[in-house]
Amino acid sequence: MELFLHQVLAGLATGGIYACMALAVVMIYQAIDHLNFAQGEMAMFSTFIAWQLIQWGIPYWAAFVLTIGISFIAGVLIDRIVLKPLHGQHILSHVVAFIALLSIFNSTAGFIWDWTIKSFASPFGSGQLFGQSLIGPHDAGMMAVTLVMLVFLYLFFRHTRIGLAMRAAAANPESAQLAGIRVGWMNALGWGMAAAIGSVAGMLIAPVVFLEPNMMLSILLYGFAGAVVGGLTSPGGAVLGGFAVGVIENLAGTYIPVVGREMKLSIALCIIVAVLCVKPSGLFGRPVVTRV
Amino acid sequence: MLQRPETREPPVYAVAGMTLAQWKVILLGLGLVVACVIPFALKNFYIFQITLAIIYAIAILGLNLLTGFNGQFSLGHSAFYAIGAYTAAIMMENLGISYIWTLPAAAAVCFVFGFLFGLPALRLEGIYLALATFALAIAIPQALKSSVVEHWTGGVQGIVIIKPDAPFDLPLNSDQWLYVLTVVVAIVMYVCATNLVQSRTGRALIAIRDHPVAASAMGINVSLYKSLTFGVSALYTGVAGALGAIAIAFVAPDSFTFVLAVALFVGLVVGGIASIPGTLVGGLFVLFVPNIAESVSKGLAGAVYGVILLLVIYLMPSGAAGLARLLTAKLMQRR
Amino acid sequence: MSKLLEARELCAFYGPTQVLFALGLNVDEGGITTLLGANGAGKTTTLRSLSGMCRTSGEIRFDGKPIAGRATEDIVRLGIAHVPQGRGTFSRQTVEENLQIGAMTRRGRAAIASDVERVYGYFPRLKERRTQQAGTLSGGEQQMLAVGRAMMLRPRLMLLDEPSFGLAPLIVEELFGILRTLNKSEKVSMLLVEQNASLALDLADHAYLIETGRLVMEGPAQHLRDDENIRKAYLGY
Repeated sequence: MELFLHQVLAGLATGGIYACMALAVVMIYQAIDHLNFAQGEMAMFSTFIAWQLIQWGIPYWAAFVLTIGISFIAGVLIDRIVLKPLHGQHILSHVVAFIALLSIFNSTAGFIWDWTIKSFASPFGSGQLFGQSLIGPHDAGMMAVTLVMLVFLYLFFRHTRIGLAMRAAAANPESAQLAGIRVGWMNALGWGMAAAIGSVAGMLIAPVVFLEPNMMLSILLYGFAGAVVGGLTSPGGAVLGGFAVGVIENLAGTYIPVVGREMKLSIALCIIVAVLCVKPSGLFGRPVVTRV
Repeated sequence: MLQRPETREPPVYAVAGMTLAQWKVILLGLGLVVACVIPFALKNFYIFQITLAIIYAIAILGLNLLTGFNGQFSLGHSAFYAIGAYTAAIMMENLGISYIWTLPAAAAVCFVFGFLFGLPALRLEGIYLALATFALAIAIPQALKSSVVEHWTGGVQGIVIIKPDAPFDLPLNSDQWLYVLTVVVAIVMYVCATNLVQSRTGRALIAIRDHPVAASAMGINVSLYKSLTFGVSALYTGVAGALGAIAIAFVAPDSFTFVLAVALFVGLVVGGIASIPGTLVGGLFVLFVPNIAESVSKGLAGAVYGVILLLVIYLMPSGAAGLARLLTAKLMQRR
Repeated sequence: MSKLLEARELCAFYGPTQVLFALGLNVDEGGITTLLGANGAGKTTTLRSLSGMCRTSGEIRFDGKPIAGRATEDIVRLGIAHVPQGRGTFSRQTVEENLQIGAMTRRGRAAIASDVERVYGYFPRLKERRTQQAGTLSGGEQQMLAVGRAMMLRPRLMLLDEPSFGLAPLIVEELFGILRTLNKSEKVSMLLVEQNASLALDLADHAYLIETGRLVMEGPAQHLRDDENIRKAYLGY
């Protein structure tokens, strides 16, 4: 029983990472109506920028905020410059562009900062939280930040005009244009926000998995999985999905004998696919109702 | 106040006195001539590379049938390629069966796998299907490394295969013979694919892609067609995998990661979605462009690749086939 | 009456294909003009051209100012509301959110709120469904929502693309009655594209007839309605 509890908590801890990433994934999906495969690499690149700023002597929280700002601007620029020529093209062409971005960010990061592992400080310190060893201060801090972002996003999308405009632009760009919404800029804003959230995710994740150019590849996948399980239309569901994926992965690794460490990822993904087969729009997603 | 618009004779499109259909035949003939000349005109290594490009083209053709013609988004075709490759390797090295039989065997095995995967995939659309297929792409290499099947698959080290020689004592070396075999198989598969796409079944597939509800309302058994297409698509990519295993004479789990799945997908889009001739361009792209990127800058190979990919997609958003269509239309318009 | 909207030598293109050929049409201030024609004649394309949604050549003037070639978002802000074919509903958003989206270019929360109430005044059924997902509304209700969303812009000109399409006759009557009221009391000029000629000619003052991208007839609506030969030849009744 204690092993079970321990594994669940460990799963929640790693799940916090996936939840953070899942939130970024859903954010971009809400804004642009597709998944951005380059998101993990963009987050990784942002984290390296933060690392560099800290190396240059800038204090942690200043670097944190600065990185968020830089990432936001970079996200907007990527949409306006890199993606604009593909406006109106087949979605698969967009996917290829994301793959290209993924490759560029990954390779450039390795080139500038090389491929060795670096450590990245946690603002929450290490040691024990409230005198217990159940969950570390960084894990708790990560969950707290993720929840704060979640609340912020919820309020932004549901209760502000610009949030509504962004949702409208993603849901039905033509009708949004006819309502006078500048759809191009709404998309760019979405990209900027996604990049900013991604950078926060990266900076929270790096202390745990260590900073190196390939750190985000599997995390992005888990993030996708969490977002999909939770339901791509529901940021809250995505966060829950991220936690669920963490727990599932850990329990599967512990209790299913065939599964060695190599198969953890596969098993987790298989379970997720199974969930999708039962509930195709995710556990908390709203199925899109369309009239035939 | 009343006017009628004038009617005109429908125009006949032709360039240099020959219609589009006639041009297509000429180009096909030229292609076949070039294909026959290659094994005698180029060095072994280049023959080997062309063989690989054609193999990738066949793999991409499989993906095209599923994603391009039937609209099911797959990022996991490396799995079927791997299954085909390992089927060939296991048959040749562990069971001592001649390489020729591995092709139909890989086809059958992959068809079954593809069809079985296609069944639960029926419930998934778009991005969800992409994720599920991506999961497959990740799972298969891991499964191949697993200790449970290590006895058959050789685990992480994989299996080394002995490259076959030309039969009947033909005066061809290994590379030339494999090239000939690949070209013959490719021709058969391309002809079959073209016939499929232009037949009633092909139209049903395209209908399902474009408007599944309407297709269903017209009496098309959408579920059956979608699963069968998954099977056929896997079959094509699996045969390519088997040929690849024979040509490279080696299989290992890490050769068939999601990187391959992504590469096939990129090849599909670059060649042109739903274009059968485009897959050849895709195959060439998959084989040569990563090497070109590396030769430009070893340290930034990935970045160079990404930039090339972006430029290609800007210039040809509908792939090479789209570009060809645009140019043809422009040429036809001059008259 | 002054001309609110004037189009001259208007041509439209989808890619390399030309679909509209030197159209000239006007909408008078305060009036309702209708554009009639069969399927594929170019009616929707005409409206899309006026909204800047396809490639055009020629002149378009709104209230004397040239708008040809300007972005749709800018044209909308000048006071032209376009109710598209198929309603253009934001299915995943609620009815109330749909109306809020319609008012996105306006300032002043109080004014917007009172406009929302005014729209509900015209379409009480929408008020009943204000928190429902708009995609679950019936065709007629979605059409009313689309008109309501257009009204939130406080437009001077409304372009309507086949508002009667797919609706039951009673609902259409109700809708057209509301359009008449909107025209009279809210002073919204209208350009109405319709396949249902008799309905449109009852509502409109002025009519145009388009056939394969060319205007073949124009005149006061009453003229087209009363001339039996024209009706039989072009309007099918």
